[in-house]
Amino acid sequence: MNPKASVKTSQKDSRLAEAILHIIFITFSLACIMPIVLIVAISFSDEKQLTLQGYKFWPDKLDVSAYQYLFTNSTTLVKAYGVSLSVTIIGTIIAVLLIALYAYPIFRKDFPFKKAFNFYLLITMLFSGGLVPFYLLYVNFLELKDSFAALILPGLSNAFYIFITRTFFQQTIPEEMIESGKLDGASEWRIFFQLVLPISLPVLATVGLFTTLMYWNDWFNSMLFINDTDKYSLQYVMIQMIRQAEFFKNQLAGSGVALMVQEAVPTESLRMAMVVVSIGPILFVYPFFQKYFTKGLTIGAIKG
Amino acid sequence: MKHRVLLLMLLPTSLIFFVNCYIPMFGVFIAFKNINYIDGIMGSPWTGLDNFRFLFATSDAWRVTINTVSYNVAFIVSGLILSVAVAIAVNEVRAKLASRVYQTIMIMPNFLSMVVVSYIVYAFLHPEYGFLVKYILPLFGYSSVNAYMHPQAWPYILWITKMWHSVGIGSIIYVAAITGISEELYEAAKMDGASKWQQITRITIPLLTPVMVILTILNLGGIFRSDFGLFYHVTLDSGALRSTTDVIDTYVYRGLIQLNDLGMSSAANFYQSVVGFFLVIGANSLARKLNRDTALF
Repeated sequence: MNPKASVKTSQKDSRLAEAILHIIFITFSLACIMPIVLIVAISFSDEKQLTLQGYKFWPDKLDVSAYQYLFTNSTTLVKAYGVSLSVTIIGTIIAVLLIALYAYPIFRKDFPFKKAFNFYLLITMLFSGGLVPFYLLYVNFLELKDSFAALILPGLSNAFYIFITRTFFQQTIPEEMIESGKLDGASEWRIFFQLVLPISLPVLATVGLFTTLMYWNDWFNSMLFINDTDKYSLQYVMIQMIRQAEFFKNQLAGSGVALMVQEAVPTESLRMAMVVVSIGPILFVYPFFQKYFTKGLTIGAIKG
Repeated sequence: MKHRVLLLMLLPTSLIFFVNCYIPMFGVFIAFKNINYIDGIMGSPWTGLDNFRFLFATSDAWRVTINTVSYNVAFIVSGLILSVAVAIAVNEVRAKLASRVYQTIMIMPNFLSMVVVSYIVYAFLHPEYGFLVKYILPLFGYSSVNAYMHPQAWPYILWITKMWHSVGIGSIIYVAAITGISEELYEAAKMDGASKWQQITRITIPLLTPVMVILTILNLGGIFRSDFGLFYHVTLDSGALRSTTDVIDTYVYRGLIQLNDLGMSSAANFYQSVVGFFLVIGANSLARKLNRDTALF
């Protein structure tokens, strides 16, 4: 075989391989998206048709009554949205600031207690007291039941994000920069806020995105600590709704009452509309952070 | 003092870690007490190992241990294989725009909370309306199956759900590591006539090994811990499914919140923490033996 022909066949092979790769990834991507699409489709479906035809990807006619009901009748939802939004915003701001504040000294080569504070974090990743003492501490000693602090405070201790941030500092912040800052007479605070933080935007955004998601998606702390309906988070309201639906069905199955409830309120589509509404902000936040995301994680991840 | 400011920076987070992580560590003594609300936590009588004796006398302890470990082993092994495979494959996609789009989409499931995921699974498995139940299973001759009553189906359902939720994000860390591999290595291999497959098995995979080892150590340390949301919400906490879906975390949670059995619950908790700790140490020293550089600490 002459060399030219072999180049041609290998080109053809690689084109075939490329096509196969695309087919695999398109299938994979669809598998990732379609379940979410199903939820959206159900939320826009007519309640009567849902009970006749079940959940399907193609609603016969679009129906927005679930959303109308959600926004006009549900004060619980509006309150829960407010709770989730404020906890997320306040929590994320505090968390990102604290993470950077801890990561900075343990990155500084000239800081003598670097090792000790590293170790202090590492221990928390290795050993945990577990749920019971944690719960008793929050409820009996700190008396944080039904408080917003119980929703924010647990999310503030994340050793893993601190290590990611420290690694980013190590790889991007030249020591000379800090030295020259010192020579110019800048205080430690000034070096941190005006020199270090601005060039650390990628990692701060990455960690910020994960923290935002953690707070927005948190249901565990609500489930543990919140009894006051005014302080239910969005996720917790959704837990209640799916459980209640099951409860209704089991209790009232066949009694005819279930049918009445179904007809009065678009329960099936309503619940899915609620899910769609809860996903909304995530899809909004993601593209905003994405440009930093890959960069921040790449640099932070290499030397894990 | 010279480093006053730096110490001040460390102060708030140190305090938070002290409250959230260190104080609860000292709370492990609860497992050795018979807590009653009249005497309070400090005043309640010591009972030695009674809580542990009760815990292991029931069949619950073994059931939840076996469930926890087998799910985690399955998740760790298949998660590792799938994430690395996806990372290598997505790196081979030459159209950069397409590669980015695929990556973005694959990460998306991970952004959804387990509560949302539980709704998604429910939309497929709802006994009357579920898409699978209504449209797919009839093709195979089944009709109206209530999956929430069939424990034997759940290892598969939970495995699929977990992989759907985590493989995309899991692969990103490997994509990042592959990006860090010098292009020259591949150029040199090509010059020596290495095929694509040889490049993957001789260059990419060996260079990914340290990351794989570190992440696996971390995961092994968590082998006694579970994704609580997955086992609690996605199963809708259905009592009928417990034989295959109850794990240590859901057991501890039920003991604490629903049954209010603090002693037993913290005994299970203690057992979980201690075994977890020794597993991380063990896995790490194993990694150290194999190759010093790959160990976590």
